[in-house]
Amino acid sequence: MVALDAPRGRLAGDRRHLGRALAAWLTLLLLAVSVLSLGSGASGVSAAAVLTDWAAGRDLAEIDRVVLFDIRLPRLLSGVLVGAALAVSGAVMQGLFRNPLADPGLLGVSAGASLGAISAIVLGGLLPPSIAALAGWHLVPLAAFAGSWVAMIVLYGIATRQGRTSVATMLLAGIALAAMIAALSGLIIYRANDQQLRDLTFWGLGSLAGASWTKLGAAAPIILAALAVTPFLARGLNGLALGEAAAAHVGLRVQRVKAGAILSAAAATGAAVAISGGIGFVGIVVPHLLRLLAGPDHRWLLVNSGLLGASVLIAADMISRSVVAPAELPIGIVTAMIGGPFFLWVLLSNRRVLDA
Amino acid sequence: MSLIARDIHLRLGRTDILHGVDLTAPVGRVTAIIGPNGSGKTSLLRALAGEIVPVSGRIALNGLPIVGMRPEVLAGHRAVLPQQSAISFPFTAAEIVRIGLTSVAGDQIRQGALIGEALAAVGLPGHAGRLYQELSGGEQQRVQLARALVQVWQPVVDGAPRWLLLDEPVSSLDIAHQIAVMRLAADYARRGGGVVAVMHDLNLTGMFADHVLLMRGGRAMAEGAPAEVLDSALLSDAYGCRLRVGEVPRAGVWLLPHSATL
Ligand SMILES: Nc1ncnc2c1ncn2[C@@H]1O[C@H](COP(=O)(O)OP(=O)(O)OP(=O)(O)O)[C@@H](O)[C@H]1O
Ligand SMILES: [Mg+2]
Repeated sequence: MVALDAPRGRLAGDRRHLGRALAAWLTLLLLAVSVLSLGSGASGVSAAAVLTDWAAGRDLAEIDRVVLFDIRLPRLLSGVLVGAALAVSGAVMQGLFRNPLADPGLLGVSAGASLGAISAIVLGGLLPPSIAALAGWHLVPLAAFAGSWVAMIVLYGIATRQGRTSVATMLLAGIALAAMIAALSGLIIYRANDQQLRDLTFWGLGSLAGASWTKLGAAAPIILAALAVTPFLARGLNGLALGEAAAAHVGLRVQRVKAGAILSAAAATGAAVAISGGIGFVGIVVPHLLRLLAGPDHRWLLVNSGLLGASVLIAADMISRSVVAPAELPIGIVTAMIGGPFFLWVLLSNRRVLDA
Repeated sequence: MSLIARDIHLRLGRTDILHGVDLTAPVGRVTAIIGPNGSGKTSLLRALAGEIVPVSGRIALNGLPIVGMRPEVLAGHRAVLPQQSAISFPFTAAEIVRIGLTSVAGDQIRQGALIGEALAAVGLPGHAGRLYQELSGGEQQRVQLARALVQVWQPVVDGAPRWLLLDEPVSSLDIAHQIAVMRLAADYARRGGGVVAVMHDLNLTGMFADHVLLMRGGRAMAEGAPAEVLDSALLSDAYGCRLRVGEVPRAGVWLLPHSATL
């Protein structure tokens, strides 16, 4: 007796067709949200107007061109990359720690990235000019990457023993790590001058307001490289769900999968933080929703997390620009207002696992 | 062709667990590893699986040393059912079984059919879409067995036998499913594969094993045919309780505890 549903040759319980269908819908959603985002903003340039102009072969007004290409477009692309990076890092970390509560923001990985970035911004001037020039604009994202990578290694080393992750240890270690890193960041900020201080404050709450082609150009290659690696981790993360020993039994190179997961999540988080500061909860909310919709198979979970994470972040950015217009809320406040309660809900629905 | 362990010394953390264990598991047979709790059965099986590396000693699978064998190659030679499994996300039974196909080439349709067949083979034909966490303990154990089965579905490939290493495959099962699973293992061996199973049920061992290793305190106390190893005096000594071994016509060896007291 073979449990196949005959006409489509599909096995019951295999939810990959759901993942595939979801990917199509999420792509459409991302396109729709992007167009909306391009068309909304303080200056009142509307995407529709620009599109009709363009379709009619008319030249764009200079002011429209500046608003669209130098302000809104880099901001949109930054939102897409940051959202995708945070959500995919969340999904990868959850797979690595075998726990739906693992999240770069929650466990100090974003804080590590912030520390790296702050150090680069404030102390970067102390570097020998030749090195500073060599790293150039990449200095901040690279330092952020280094910070998140170190935080991730320390966290994984503490929380995981003999292939088992203790939920309590993971969360407590993450909290302690985040607090220590925040203290270090505070110390470094003492050395900042007034201009740096203003930048750092706004950036610390999480915002896309500072998005520019330069920043994007520095961080995008790191994020894109990290995201490009994750599909190759999908089978490995599925196997890890059975535990490290069983993952090795089915033929996975467990150490390689773990190293790949740590590196890619750290790189994506680090570069995202370098663009926008710490934006919480995207990494926990997005993968959790997707698991509810199409199951935990990482082969679609990772891709879909990227798509939905991007849409969520752009939407949150639009909210942050509109609620107190013409001023702007830091986007981290928006994601925390929505993500906080959601996180509590995840916590409560996982009570059984956590209390065990 | 066989699975051979020679003079295995194993250490975990700061404890010496195995002190020179030998085992020769013949192909085409069901080999049972028996012994009291903590005697080192699981540790030996993990070493045979290539999961932990012994301090000294040799392990050869079909004549090839397993140390240094690449994981994906090893995965083509043997599948492992651990004593315990915990799954961290809400996968369905079918998705769990699919993980067993990680190192197996094949197209989607064939793999889907294989997953269905394996679930049917362990008596869970209608359970493909059920969430693993919502299955009973015995059902979960059989899903894990199906996951191991798909990995080495054909007992012989290119003339080389493949191996099922099962750690207490029937510990959570009712009596009918115990027999069904042991028959599955025996059938795998009869078709040319090899089976090594850690067992606590000595009666099932008597019924299904062709070769038995009795362990105590990290050492092999006896190895040989069931008729030699399943012996009243030997077993009573190994387990520290009085056991009587009798014969039941047609079923073979049969054991009863001597009395309700030790
Ligand atoms: N990771 C470990 N670190 C230290 N000691 C261990 C470890 N795993 C097992 N041991 C010890 O090794 C001995 C053998 O354990 P093993 O799991 O092999 O026993 P077993 O024969 O399978 O027992 P059971 O019938 O209870 O499953 C036990 O004394 C156990 O405490
Ligand atoms: Mg055991």
